[in-house]
Amino acid sequence: MTQSAGSGGQTLLEVRGLSASVGGLEILKGVDLTVKAGEVHAIMGPNGSGKSTFANVLAGKPDYEITGGQALFEGADLLAMEPEIRSRLGVFLAFQYPLELPGVRAWQFLKAAVDAQRKQAGEEELSARAFDRMLKEKIELVDIDPDLVKRAVNEGFSGGEKKRNEILQMAVLQPKLAILDETDSGLDIDALRIVSDGVNKLRNESNAVVLVTHYQRILNYIAPDQVHVLMDGRIVRSGGPELAHELEERGYDWIKEAVDAGV
Amino acid sequence: MTAPRVISRTGATSEELDTDYKWGFTIDIDSDLAPKGLSEDVVRLISAKKGEPEWMLEWRLKAYRYWVKLNQAEPKWANIHHPEIDFQDIYYYAAPKSKDDAPKSLDEVDPEILEAFEKLGIPLAERERLAGVAVDAVLDSVSVATTYQESLEKAGVIFCSMSEAIKNHPDLVKKYLGSVVPYADNFYASLNSAVFSDGSFAYIPKGVRCPMELMTYFRINQADSGQFERTLIIAEEGAYVSYLEGCTAPARKTHQLHAAVVELVALDDAEIKYSTLQNWFPGDKDGNGGVYNFVTKRGKAQGKNSKISWTQVETGSAITWKYPSVILQGDNSVGEFYSVALVNNYQQADTGTKMIHIGKNTKSTIVAKGISAGHGNATYRGLVKIMPSADGARNFTQCDSLLVGDQCGAHTVPYIEVRNPTAQMEHEASTSKVSDEQVFYCQQRGISMEDAHYMIINGFCRGIFQELPFEFAMEASQLLKVSLEGAVG
Repeated sequence: MTQSAGSGGQTLLEVRGLSASVGGLEILKGVDLTVKAGEVHAIMGPNGSGKSTFANVLAGKPDYEITGGQALFEGADLLAMEPEIRSRLGVFLAFQYPLELPGVRAWQFLKAAVDAQRKQAGEEELSARAFDRMLKEKIELVDIDPDLVKRAVNEGFSGGEKKRNEILQMAVLQPKLAILDETDSGLDIDALRIVSDGVNKLRNESNAVVLVTHYQRILNYIAPDQVHVLMDGRIVRSGGPELAHELEERGYDWIKEAVDAGV
Repeated sequence: MTAPRVISRTGATSEELDTDYKWGFTIDIDSDLAPKGLSEDVVRLISAKKGEPEWMLEWRLKAYRYWVKLNQAEPKWANIHHPEIDFQDIYYYAAPKSKDDAPKSLDEVDPEILEAFEKLGIPLAERERLAGVAVDAVLDSVSVATTYQESLEKAGVIFCSMSEAIKNHPDLVKKYLGSVVPYADNFYASLNSAVFSDGSFAYIPKGVRCPMELMTYFRINQADSGQFERTLIIAEEGAYVSYLEGCTAPARKTHQLHAAVVELVALDDAEIKYSTLQNWFPGDKDGNGGVYNFVTKRGKAQGKNSKISWTQVETGSAITWKYPSVILQGDNSVGEFYSVALVNNYQQADTGTKMIHIGKNTKSTIVAKGISAGHGNATYRGLVKIMPSADGARNFTQCDSLLVGDQCGAHTVPYIEVRNPTAQMEHEASTSKVSDEQVFYCQQRGISMEDAHYMIINGFCRGIFQELPFEFAMEASQLLKVSLEGAVG
């Protein structure tokens, strides 16, 4: 396994033997992953390999049943926490399909999210003014249309706007661990660049990013420290950025064959 | 014929229910009560108690006799279910005792009553009054106080209790009472016309923009009593008024009947905006107690370019049966109906509107939002009728239902009757659920499951809340939250 310059920070996420099923069907069959502060991990794999399930299970989506293993976030049992607690403690999921909340102003939604996070940390709610100031900075940082926050959350947003809005939310909440679930899907090249720039600006020594993606494309913009291949519910290969390029050239079949052959 | 005697008793005797309804307290005051049940004598007694002129009594009696002929044939078409109401087991008149005449000033109002209204968030005392809102406070059958009367008088606006209006402005009352909702209109309107005890009266003279919001706060206190108020608002040529209505009742085990009538008249270029926060006691979580709210509200946009707008937020009552309507008689007149109806636990609501287009180029807008939670059942029922005379009439209707949980019901029954080929009609309807995905999305941003529900439901109602005056909108949002307690999580 390639060690990267970014590693060596504190361990944020430690997943051991994580298994999960939905409707009795086992999707994750023992996933191991360690993410340290300052790192970017890419989780790649063919469709149906369990990538999105992995992201959703970490975030606490209720549809899944955990059948084995554990996930520690900063040493605490992540899987025992309600989804909102995971969020407030610093786990952020950028949704593959962000939901529309008709009539709920994006501004109000973000304010409620920030206040919930502050309350958890024993801090006071932000004044509307302080929040406005902060929001304005974040809007500039991630380079999105300021009018988006005046509209209802994702209502009538284009696919690209929805994805950018996720990055704005990430900028506002400043998570320690950001999991981006297929954030690149459906984005044209300009939107992909803007979204990637946003993520890069938000990276620092004390946070980490897990990129779940089918394609290598986004990795041209957000450079990963480690690349993992998830297949049939398990991580079957881990490597440096070169692994992503290899996948881009050769597809996933060769890995499957290699795994099946026990190589 | 022996005239019934007025008997008295203390207010707080009936057992109260233990609920979360925070307006559910009783006021411990003595009440004057007419004996239970309805008869011609009781009608005469009510009229006599109020010192009414002969013409008023005659009108009541006509209504009563008509009602008797209906032989307790309550309308059965609504999608509501309740045990038969025993109309002889109700007090038709209840008034705070010891005030034979309405108090002349606030100093004469029973402190107990002032305190009660203060507890409801409606301070009546001069220095604490709601800024910019004139309030008529109605307790059981009578108006106990009206604030800001002097400032309104300066503008030429009359805002007083219906009893005072009958005494002091008989010509206006005679001219308009029953002109929009005749006593023979329907079962409950007939009943109201016979026994109505008080309510609010507002008159905005020609060209006057009412300098403040007018508000009536209705409170039922007496056990087993019905409340039958009658409200009449008249806006003369070019006048404007915004009127607010709020209601609460104690949490009692037995059902209480509320059958009000509201009539609005807008002459040429006049505008009336009527907003309601209906928060009568809804009953407990098992469906015990609660108010039966059978109300007839109608406005006549009589003059050209006149406008009548109803906005209602209906969160209370065990049963709501109510269709605030507009008769668009004047050319170019406008009718609007914006509604949020929420049912939780075992509440039932059958509510909507009627827009009757008569004048040319008349325009109506209907936006109805129904929220069903628990075992609640909500029905939107509406009629849009375009008469042959209504060239160029237009209607837009939007009915949205939101379901919370899987034990509730939502129904939409829109009637459309078009008798003029130039009419333009638009109708949109949707039914949706608060989806688990939406809730999870909120939770993933740190918002609790309960708050996520409130946020999504509030968003669903946003278009309606925007139609309310600011303070009312805040209160409406709070009411939704309180009314939904126990429905989520």
